Amino acid sequence: MNPLLQAKDVNIFYGDKQAVQNVDLDVHTGTVNALIGPSGCGKTTFLRAINRMHDLTPGARVTGQILLDGEDIYAPGVDPVAMRRRVGMVFQKPNPFPTMSVFDNVVAGLKLAGMRNRDQLMAVAERSLRGAALWEEVKERLNTPATGLSGGQQQRLCIARALAVDPEILLMDEPTSALDPSSTAKIEELMTELKKVTTIIIVTHNMHQAARVSDTTSFFLVGDLVEHGPTDRLFQSPRDERTEAYVTGRFG
Amino acid sequence: MSDPARRLPTRASMSSGSDRVFQYLILALASVIVLVFVVSLYLLGVDSWPALRQFGVDFFTTRTWNPVSGTFGAAAMITGTLVTSFVALIISVPLAIASALFVAEYAPRWLANPVGYLIELLAAIPSVVYGLWALFVIAPVLSRWEQGYFASPEKIAIYTACKNIWDQDRTTLQCFFVPSAFDGRGLALAIIILTVMILPYTASVARDVIRLVPADQREAMYALGATKWEVISRAILPYARAGIMGGVILALGRALGETLAVAMVIGDSQDIIKSIFGGASTMASVIANQFGDAQETLHRSSVVTLGFILFFVSVAVNLLARVIIQRLTPKGVK
Repeated sequence: MNPLLQAKDVNIFYGDKQAVQNVDLDVHTGTVNALIGPSGCGKTTFLRAINRMHDLTPGARVTGQILLDGEDIYAPGVDPVAMRRRVGMVFQKPNPFPTMSVFDNVVAGLKLAGMRNRDQLMAVAERSLRGAALWEEVKERLNTPATGLSGGQQQRLCIARALAVDPEILLMDEPTSALDPSSTAKIEELMTELKKVTTIIIVTHNMHQAARVSDTTSFFLVGDLVEHGPTDRLFQSPRDERTEAYVTGRFG
Repeated sequence: MSDPARRLPTRASMSSGSDRVFQYLILALASVIVLVFVVSLYLLGVDSWPALRQFGVDFFTTRTWNPVSGTFGAAAMITGTLVTSFVALIISVPLAIASALFVAEYAPRWLANPVGYLIELLAAIPSVVYGLWALFVIAPVLSRWEQGYFASPEKIAIYTACKNIWDQDRTTLQCFFVPSAFDGRGLALAIIILTVMILPYTASVARDVIRLVPADQREAMYALGATKWEVISRAILPYARAGIMGGVILALGRALGETLAVAMVIGDSQDIIKSIFGGASTMASVIANQFGDAQETLHRSSVVTLGFILFFVSVAVNLLARVIIQRLTPKGVK
């Protein structure tokens, strides 16, 4: 089976400074893939290249190819706006739109895509909120401000918002770093469910989280992808001594 | 029993004498501000009393302002103040938001900073300079257009018809846009100059709050597949709306109280507004134009009462602004 996402010789620069070099990586449909490594290793920078977020940063530059379903998302002529609809993103801190209701937050992406039919929107909203394990908690308060929810609920709302547009890949940038342990546990549990409907790439600074939720793990160090493999194998018998040093807690 | 010497020092022993002196000094200085507010309110009240006793509610609802007969009603000036301020606000807010968006979101940095600086510089120009500029630059243009109104017989006919209507002390929608004065001065010129004068207030506040919208709000919208304009209209402006509203209210406060430039250009007519291209007056412009000549107690007191009303309008606008801003502020982003 062809990989859903293929990175080929990806280099990322901020001005003259290179943040990621020569990364090759395959991600398969229906898996959870963790990117781990110490702060500043380039894992978040690499993640943000997958939905062309670097287009928004003046001076940032990406070379190489990132193929989504065999199509290079950096090829000339690709519309980044349309491309981003195929790739969802969940951020470090919950970031619901504070002036919108719970419902409007979930359907924000659908409205951008031009869906106006209230029943249709409602159906997708329910499906997405169920998908994010939030429906039971918010079904009575869909029209109240999203900011009335707890931090953990807000983050699941952001997951529902990303799911609503039915993305092929869901990027998660340390999605639990701002949450308490019980909210973190809920979201980790959710990821196992989510890979039935989408494919997840998660950046985490927490090795235990990577070990718990992911199928494959990629270890980054100062912009290099040092090692990539099945999570169990990478943690139990790392092939590179730098990986071994990191996963056994000798640095980072 | 614990050793007394080992107890934590008490509050009294912590604060030294100089701390206390400073505390009283600060208290005294802060009280001065409150005192000035109370005293000016009191003096305005005392000086307004003769006019308010004489005319009562009629002062607010009637529009005869006649120092010769000693009859004073402020309806025309109150209307003048509200019309000039709100119309200028309605014109300037979209311009201000557009310029703020240009500076904060679209312009490259080498252009954004000078443009932003120039807009702020507009706020530093003295009123009287605006007034002169309006009289020497814009008034002639308006005047030429107004006089051109007599170029054709049809237009003269329209003017004559409107003149009849105005003389019956009323106006129509059509006549509202027919010039009744021909030197360029009047309501329209006052609105134009106010629009320019209040623009920098809204623009610079809006620019700052737009720049403060968190990056993850923008990125969340981009990540859902939004274009730049969709990010601005659906994520940035809603998030910034309370702050922008603050800038709008600041501008409104400025417009309501603006005196000199308006007094120079508005044509100083105490009649109720019948044409946008005709003389009018605002509370502030009447105070500026008449206070020096007001010898009669009642006239003087009526002018002071205008100041009293203006004072309350400003306070009310500020209170309203607080309520609006509080309601619009996004809360509880975790």
